[in-house]
Amino acid sequence: MKGLYLMIPMAPLIGSIIAGLFGRKIGRTGAHTVTIAGVAVAFVLSLITFFKIAVFDGETFNGVVYTWMISDGISFDVGFLIDKLTALMMVVVTFVSLMVHIYTIGYMADDDGYQRFFSYIALFTFSMLMLVMANNFMQLFFGWEAVGLVSYLLIGFWFKKESAIYANMKAFIVNRVGDFGFLLGIAAVLMYFGSVDYADVFAAAPHMKDMTIQIWGDQQWSVMTVICILLFIGAMGKSAQAPLHVWLPDSMEGPTPISALIHAATMVTAGIFMVARMSPLYELSETALSFVLVIGAITAFSMGLLGVFVRSEERRVGKERRSRWGPIHYTMGASAYAAGIFHLMTHAFFKALLFLGAGSVIIAMHHDQDIRNMGGLKKYMPITYWTSLIGSLALIGFPGTAGFFSKDAIIEAVWESHLAGSTFAWICVLLGVFVTALYSFRMFFLVFHGEERMDEHTKHHLKESPKVVTIPLICLAIPSLVAGMIGVGPLLFGGFFEGAIHVDEAHNVLEHMGEEYTGVFGFLIHGTLGLPFLLAMAGIYTAWHVYMKRPDLADQIKARFRGFYDLLVRKYGFDEFNDRFFAGGSRQLAKVLFEKGDATMIDGIMVNGTAKSVGWIAGKVRNIQTGMLYHYAFAMIVGMLLLVTLFVLMG
Amino acid sequence: MESVLFYLFSAVLVGSAVAVVTVRNPVFAVLFLVLAFFTTAAIWLLLEAEFLALVLILVYVGAVMVLFLFVVMMLDINLVPLREGFIRFLPVAILVAIVAFAEIAVVLGPQHFGLEQIPSPVAHAADYSNTKELGRILYTSYAYPFEIAALILLVAIIAAISLTLRRRPDTKYQNPAVQVEVKRNDRVRMVKMAAEKKVSHREGASS
Amino acid sequence: MIALSDCLLLGAVLFCISLAGIFINRKNIIILLMAIELMLLAVNINFVAFSHFNGDATGQLFVFFVLTVAAAEAAIGLAILILLFRNRHTINVAHLDTLKG
Repeated sequence: MKGLYLMIPMAPLIGSIIAGLFGRKIGRTGAHTVTIAGVAVAFVLSLITFFKIAVFDGETFNGVVYTWMISDGISFDVGFLIDKLTALMMVVVTFVSLMVHIYTIGYMADDDGYQRFFSYIALFTFSMLMLVMANNFMQLFFGWEAVGLVSYLLIGFWFKKESAIYANMKAFIVNRVGDFGFLLGIAAVLMYFGSVDYADVFAAAPHMKDMTIQIWGDQQWSVMTVICILLFIGAMGKSAQAPLHVWLPDSMEGPTPISALIHAATMVTAGIFMVARMSPLYELSETALSFVLVIGAITAFSMGLLGVFVRSEERRVGKERRSRWGPIHYTMGASAYAAGIFHLMTHAFFKALLFLGAGSVIIAMHHDQDIRNMGGLKKYMPITYWTSLIGSLALIGFPGTAGFFSKDAIIEAVWESHLAGSTFAWICVLLGVFVTALYSFRMFFLVFHGEERMDEHTKHHLKESPKVVTIPLICLAIPSLVAGMIGVGPLLFGGFFEGAIHVDEAHNVLEHMGEEYTGVFGFLIHGTLGLPFLLAMAGIYTAWHVYMKRPDLADQIKARFRGFYDLLVRKYGFDEFNDRFFAGGSRQLAKVLFEKGDATMIDGIMVNGTAKSVGWIAGKVRNIQTGMLYHYAFAMIVGMLLLVTLFVLMG
Repeated sequence: MESVLFYLFSAVLVGSAVAVVTVRNPVFAVLFLVLAFFTTAAIWLLLEAEFLALVLILVYVGAVMVLFLFVVMMLDINLVPLREGFIRFLPVAILVAIVAFAEIAVVLGPQHFGLEQIPSPVAHAADYSNTKELGRILYTSYAYPFEIAALILLVAIIAAISLTLRRRPDTKYQNPAVQVEVKRNDRVRMVKMAAEKKVSHREGASS
Repeated sequence: MIALSDCLLLGAVLFCISLAGIFINRKNIIILLMAIELMLLAVNINFVAFSHFNGDATGQLFVFFVLTVAAAEAAIGLAILILLFRNRHTINVAHLDTLKG
């Protein structure tokens, strides 16, 4: 059993190492064969694990594979905790990753860094699996950082491009901010629980509920709240939540759809997963839950809005996709972890689908990403068109698609929640639905419908993408359609995550919803009549009306809301704020430190001063050093005599 | 009897040691050192270290001291400047020696290591072989140090040779390897030239 | 009967004489080398004496090694001496101050 689990992360790692180190020897075919084989093995084994644990109700596995070190009684292990939550995540991660691998064959076909790229994405799969399968905080952190590293590598994949370097630095630094919080959280866990093992910590957590900590002043803080919020800061970095979302848009600097996919559909789930995994801790702190709820809501709404307007500036396919992870976070906040994970799963499918669809379009357009040059692609690329349509519908939560079930469940959960900030979150999420529908269909219409704006040469070559691209699209389209219907019952209300996710009785909204749940069709009808659906339809209509029927309207609106629009174009000024306040501030601080601390203190007094005084002392000592051997011999003899005298006198 | 011999040899040893450091001519110094080694060997015989006593004479007197003698005689040394400061440092030297001796005596004197504290051991039986005993220890427990000692000697040999080795470019010697390796082309050069014309006697006379 | 202390004191006397010899013959490197040989001899006497009185042959073994090292030292020391003389035409230690910093 252990061997099987060990194989799951190791297979992609081995593939990655081979493709990375021996890429030149094994060639392109070798590189993609070996990495795809690795990920495929991981996927099949994950699937077996999933069936064993989830379907046949197998036992949860919690074991140590390797003990790294034991320090002061605290053991740092590499271990796996495989329960239903993990199994589900493993399947999702490996499936999406496998699709990406296959797709990459087509997308990166002309790139020089072909082997390198495969090595990176296989390494990413490994990191993500390590993160998901961890049974302790140290390994979680390892996976966390490894994922961050790979994302850095992927964003800066074209390292000769100035903007890519800037973007990967940005992503790395912003993630560091989050990771710092995360690390502090782990340190706090270690300090208060004396263990980094999940099982120990979760078992001890209920006793720590009323414990307080004094950080500064006389203010008493609940330990659980502090830990949870610190950990969530880490999740904010990884999952691109406001205000640490700034790196995500720039992450598209890598090979667009693929790295974007890695970030938006997979890596970002790390944060969500972490919160779900830590549910026994989060449940103990309502403050932390409210914090999560509000941050998630703000992110969801603001980023959606941003999507509509900023996109019209940048006009790049694939850049469309914004952080849509807010919704999931606020369900976490609302204690509807199961709904969150459910949405995470469906979202991974249709988000991946959308990215790959966009990539397919980019391939057809010969890597021209400007949507102003597209339009009317429907008849040239039918498979891409239909799969993208499915993805978009799922994204906005059209009844019947996967997104519908999960999104509706989330909205319901937020509505049912009684935590502070939940009403605000509910309003945000509804506005988010409208905005999402608006921006995703805006792009959809601009790309696939309307007049054909590309030049003659491109038009001449326009054709459907090769099979390696379309097959993953189809593979992803299927779960985007049906995963919701299959999953909604067991995942949300069937107690699937019992034992894996802990929910406090007081805010178990899912159970509340479960009482009203009457089956898939009841849910369908209920959702179709609801407000979210109407808002989504309104969004689509607006998109069609503004961008297809009367394109001039967009400019008018732009002119009317100049100020607001500017604010949005500048991404709410987050970048400027960061630049001016954090970067500028630290530059100022660094300057002061440099002038006073470095130049005067260290260089002036310590370095040069030391050198000077050494020189001065050496000048004096030099006189003693005559170079005459017998002087040294005398010194030795006299010293020996003195020492002997000392010993004789002492005893 | 033993004590008498011991004190006699000790007196000779101390006297020759003093001579080693004070005589004017280094050749005499070396010879006094040889004497010191001989008397030491005698004292070691009294202490039943027969093998070492003989080794001391054979190796030290026979090899090392002869080496010293060679070197001293080989070098053409102007002795006068080497003696300067002799008288000036004599009081200091005597003082240092006396202080050092006093200190050593305090620790190692008869009050700690006299016969009362450490009685003289029983003499070994007649068939006891000091050489055999040393050999037994040396080739069992101390085999590795023994080999290391061998290595040290090897290093010393190489060092001494390489330090004093001097190439003399003016000396003539043969290199058999080069001689054997030689090729025909190195030695014989074939030259093509037009055949000589026989100059007619008559023509020469007419011109 | 010889006492252990007698041998030890003999060694001490020898050692101190060579110590004094180093002081007074500070210019003559050959005498210096010989003084060092004398010192080693003094140490060897101590070893042999202890070995005799403790009935343990290991002490003599140490003499063995000391002799080895001393011989090596003498050989190298004299080689250096010859080199020195060849290059500088003097063995006066007072002229050897290339170590001066």
